[in-house]
Amino acid sequence: MDDMITNVQPPYLYPEYKSTVLRSPTKPLLIIKENLKNIQLPVFGESVIGKYDSDLTKNARKDHDPIGERIKVSGKVMDEYGKPLRNVLVEIWQANAAGRYIHKEEIHDAPLDPNFLGAGRMLTDNDGRYTFYSIKPGAYPWGNHYNAWRPNHIHFSVMGHQLTHRLVTQMYFPGDPLFEFDPIYQSVPLHARHLMVAKFRMDWTEPEFALAYEFNIVLKGKCQSIFE
Amino acid sequence: MEQSKLPQTPSQTIGPYFAYGLTAVQYGYGFSSVIDNIIANEAPEKDIIYVTGNIYDGNGKVIHDAMIELWQADAKGAYVKNYEQELLFKGLGRYGTGTDGQQRFVFKTIMPGMVQGQAPHINVTLFMRGSLHVLYTRFYFEGDPANENDPLLLSVEPQRRTTLVAVKTNNTEQQEYCFNIYMQGENETVFFDL
Ligand SMILES: [Fe+2]
Repeated sequence: MDDMITNVQPPYLYPEYKSTVLRSPTKPLLIIKENLKNIQLPVFGESVIGKYDSDLTKNARKDHDPIGERIKVSGKVMDEYGKPLRNVLVEIWQANAAGRYIHKEEIHDAPLDPNFLGAGRMLTDNDGRYTFYSIKPGAYPWGNHYNAWRPNHIHFSVMGHQLTHRLVTQMYFPGDPLFEFDPIYQSVPLHARHLMVAKFRMDWTEPEFALAYEFNIVLKGKCQSIFE
Repeated sequence: MEQSKLPQTPSQTIGPYFAYGLTAVQYGYGFSSVIDNIIANEAPEKDIIYVTGNIYDGNGKVIHDAMIELWQADAKGAYVKNYEQELLFKGLGRYGTGTDGQQRFVFKTIMPGMVQGQAPHINVTLFMRGSLHVLYTRFYFEGDPANENDPLLLSVEPQRRTTLVAVKTNNTEQQEYCFNIYMQGENETVFFDL
């Protein structure tokens, strides 16, 4: 098939996202032979997950619930052949409802929320599913170009059972007007951008409690793990 | 017939603000960490090695907001199959380059063994603001005779092989290896297409 159509990944160098200019390899990558690249990663046990790790509305709560629109996000982690992957470590981090990260070097003039940290983690279950509760993150400015603002997003780090199953990505929300101005989102080929946008799931919402989004994740290659 | 494939989820940058989510304890945020820079918890003092390095951008400037992960076999060449934080040897490490005084990564571990005829090496996974992809590489250890016959090293053009070799430092207090990573330039590290 045409490589242009099947490739869904961004290039290494994408000058519109300025930091890539000095931080992307300039030489061709070394193609690793089949027999050297099937390196298994460990399987994570339940002991790595704490009680409130998957509920960001609770895991930094001090005296009030965090401010913002409560959301539930759930999805399946699969290999390229649709096989669900269990015990995959999914880690997330995000800005609060005002678009402010708790990170110490963040200087955006928006309030921190004393009851919200914005970090969580979970393991996928036997059907490859993860679920977490959070607050819908706000947009924030980032200085890449004049009046640059990032669309609302949640950062994901996904670690499956082999080295090729290592993915860091961002989940976006449907219909964001900032998509057309964001070079990080646009670094991905046009036909593949929808793969980073969560689906609104009315049927998963919890009445009087939370809106719901679906975000499925497909990792590269075929799962070789003997644990599956 | 080949099974039809699903499109992969596209990669995006880790951005500048990963620390409180992925390396919270190291950076002093109020969240736990499940992977840190102690790859081998307890080993006889003589077996402990430290692996350090800087990551340089295309202008030779040290990158202080990268996150690096190491994954290695144990001394006998076996990889850990089930990860728990309490393991004496975990094989897996993670560190951000924003807390060390020299903005290095620093890991405490042991020398890996040979893995299926490959010279002792440690797999490296690298993320940073300004990188839209996961970056893979690995490093070997200076002076190991097995490097001469390593199938992966031999597949690299000879003048670039040294970019994959950690150098023994002259630290006399501990066994220490330095593996610097260059994103670009004359010494650009060989990155892998896995
Ligand atoms: Fe972000």
